[in-house]
Amino acid sequence: MTATTQQTAVRTGALVRALIYALLLLFAVYYLLPLYVMVVNSLKPLEEIRQGNMLALPRTWTIEPWLSAWSTAQIGVQPTGLKPYFLNSIQMVVPAVFTSTLLGALNGYVLTKWRFRGADFVFTLMLLSCFIPFQIVLIPSARILGLLGLGGTVTGLVLIHAIYGLGFTTLFFRNYYEAFPSELVRAAMIDGAGFFQIFRRILLPSSGPIIVVTVIWQFTNIWNDFLFGSSFSNADSQPMTVALNNLVNSSTGVKEYNVHFAGAILAALPTLVVYIVSGRYFVRGLMAGAVKG
Amino acid sequence: MAFLEIEKLEKRFGSVSILKGIDLDIDEGGFLVLVGPSGCGKSTLLNTIAGLESVSGGEIRIAGKRVNELHPSRRDIAMVFQSYALYPNMTVAQNISFGMEIKGVPKPERDKAIAGVSETLQIGHLLDRKPSQLSGGQRQRVAMGRALVRRPQVFLFDEPLSNLDAKLRVDMRTEIKRLHQSMKRTIVYVTHDQIEAMTLATKIAVLKDGVLQQAGTPAEIYNSPTNMFVADFMGSPAMNLIPATVNVSGKSPALDIGAYGGRTMSLDLGASNGMLSKFSGRPVMFGIRPEAITDPEGADRTSKNLITAECFVEVVEPAGSDTFAVVHLGGKEAVARLRADAKVVPGTVAKLAFNLDKAVFFDPETQQRIA
Ligand SMILES: Nc1ncnc2c1ncn2[C@@H]1O[C@H](COP(=O)(O)OP(=O)(O)O)[C@@H](O)[C@H]1O
Ligand SMILES: [Mg+2]
Repeated sequence: MTATTQQTAVRTGALVRALIYALLLLFAVYYLLPLYVMVVNSLKPLEEIRQGNMLALPRTWTIEPWLSAWSTAQIGVQPTGLKPYFLNSIQMVVPAVFTSTLLGALNGYVLTKWRFRGADFVFTLMLLSCFIPFQIVLIPSARILGLLGLGGTVTGLVLIHAIYGLGFTTLFFRNYYEAFPSELVRAAMIDGAGFFQIFRRILLPSSGPIIVVTVIWQFTNIWNDFLFGSSFSNADSQPMTVALNNLVNSSTGVKEYNVHFAGAILAALPTLVVYIVSGRYFVRGLMAGAVKG
Repeated sequence: MAFLEIEKLEKRFGSVSILKGIDLDIDEGGFLVLVGPSGCGKSTLLNTIAGLESVSGGEIRIAGKRVNELHPSRRDIAMVFQSYALYPNMTVAQNISFGMEIKGVPKPERDKAIAGVSETLQIGHLLDRKPSQLSGGQRQRVAMGRALVRRPQVFLFDEPLSNLDAKLRVDMRTEIKRLHQSMKRTIVYVTHDQIEAMTLATKIAVLKDGVLQQAGTPAEIYNSPTNMFVADFMGSPAMNLIPATVNVSGKSPALDIGAYGGRTMSLDLGASNGMLSKFSGRPVMFGIRPEAITDPEGADRTSKNLITAECFVEVVEPAGSDTFAVVHLGGKEAVARLRADAKVVPGTVAKLAFNLDKAVFFDPETQQRIA
């Protein structure tokens, strides 16, 4: 009797599993289809796109659209390609992610291990900043950047992104450090370590997972931002997203779809790389609080 | 003058008073154990001594010097935490030498100190491991190593053994006692385990709800508890607290206790308990430890006031070395400790000897000791 029930259990198990895989496969294909279309068409000459089927593989393979998107395509009025704007984005994203992550970690540390009167209130205020629609702050931000002489500069964008990222980075680190044993901090105090020594030597080395989560989150958000980028930059300091928009909208006769596709992939590449390199840690970091107990 | 002195110490968290005027001291080289039920403020008291919590009132002095305002690292103390608090990202050796590293002690000197400590605690083979690769007992040793290497004037322990299993706990207890005897340093040790307190302490302080109930040697605490809480808390099995009435109609005061079958048992107290006469005709709590109620053959012959009485035995629990008998006295269950081979049968009446030299009496209203 046991044997039969077990057998049925195995068989239904296999059936259910096959169904699940089929469904997952379907979803994966559905999700990957746009990427496929972009990649395939970015490797075709323009005529082929115009004549044929968007889903077909290229008959003549070419990387010409990629080279054009990167260095010669018309962006706005200048034929510079996306290259200078890609560099702008890097110059904006790296310092902004670094500062907002570091400050978020410090905030989390103070809010959990050096609690002061009103710490929870301060934290609530910071949380609130996560929910403010950024459109609301555009005008005051522009005014302040102007007063600081940072209007239309990459530095200004760094500042804006670092500040508006603080709400989330603080939230991440506070919740992570909340579960960090306070006895370790106390032991380090008795050992004579000061405020920053405790942070650097005791907390930071145990913060790997949450740093990865925060960096991915911040990198993706800042890299993909269009609103601040288009509001606070000028022709020289535009980030990649704004430049991509200008590439697509440049009105020099024909629409070079293959170049546009290549440009769009170029713009998405860094975030993809960040996910692929650290995705494993991302999931692990999100789960850390749940499984540690 | 005592080495560590705590005077009128108060601690409030917001409006909640946690320590309510503690006066306590311990001599140099002494072993002070703070004991009390969970939540009574033991850890808080220890943390104020360490400087990890500020005080709301009163003074703490170490070697005659006020330390209230001193940073924990300047108080010349070391602390062992309940969770061991080993730095997870550092090896055992780095854990032990972290304090010296912060102070800027040169590497060769640090290595020498690590070697010395690991020799004492036999943790030499663990030095390159991370805390996550250690067993509970090994972590405990490393935590002690980190404290030892500081060579402090005062060691503070917060329930250091409570995360270990029973067997290891007994071993480590002995080890801590041995370390104390060889180092001759002052120790303040927090536990909620009264057996740990009895075995380790040179002085025990019993706390309840942030109030010091009694401080004294283990023998004082055990034999002369100042109130019913201390009497009940210290000792296992606990002291019997039996409702009784003082009767002075005879030539010496006697104790009337409700016994089995509606009878009253009368214990002649002899002339010694003069204080009790004031409670004539009033209810008192008669406190007697299980080992002072024995089978007549097993009774302490040196006792000056040994009285035999008949009691109804409800349950008999042989425990190997002794046999415990639960008898019915004054409407409550009382435990008697008999010799292992004492002939008692549950459900029958047995003759038991009461060693009244060891008896204590409490006022049931104030809970305080009266005689
Ligand atoms: N930081 C704090 N804020 C508020 N109350 C606290 C704090 N720390 C401890 N308490 C309270 O003080 C009381 C004593 O705590 P503690 O000293 O840890 O007790 P224990 O004797 O078990 O070690 C408990 O009721 C606890 O809730
Ligand atoms: Mg405690």
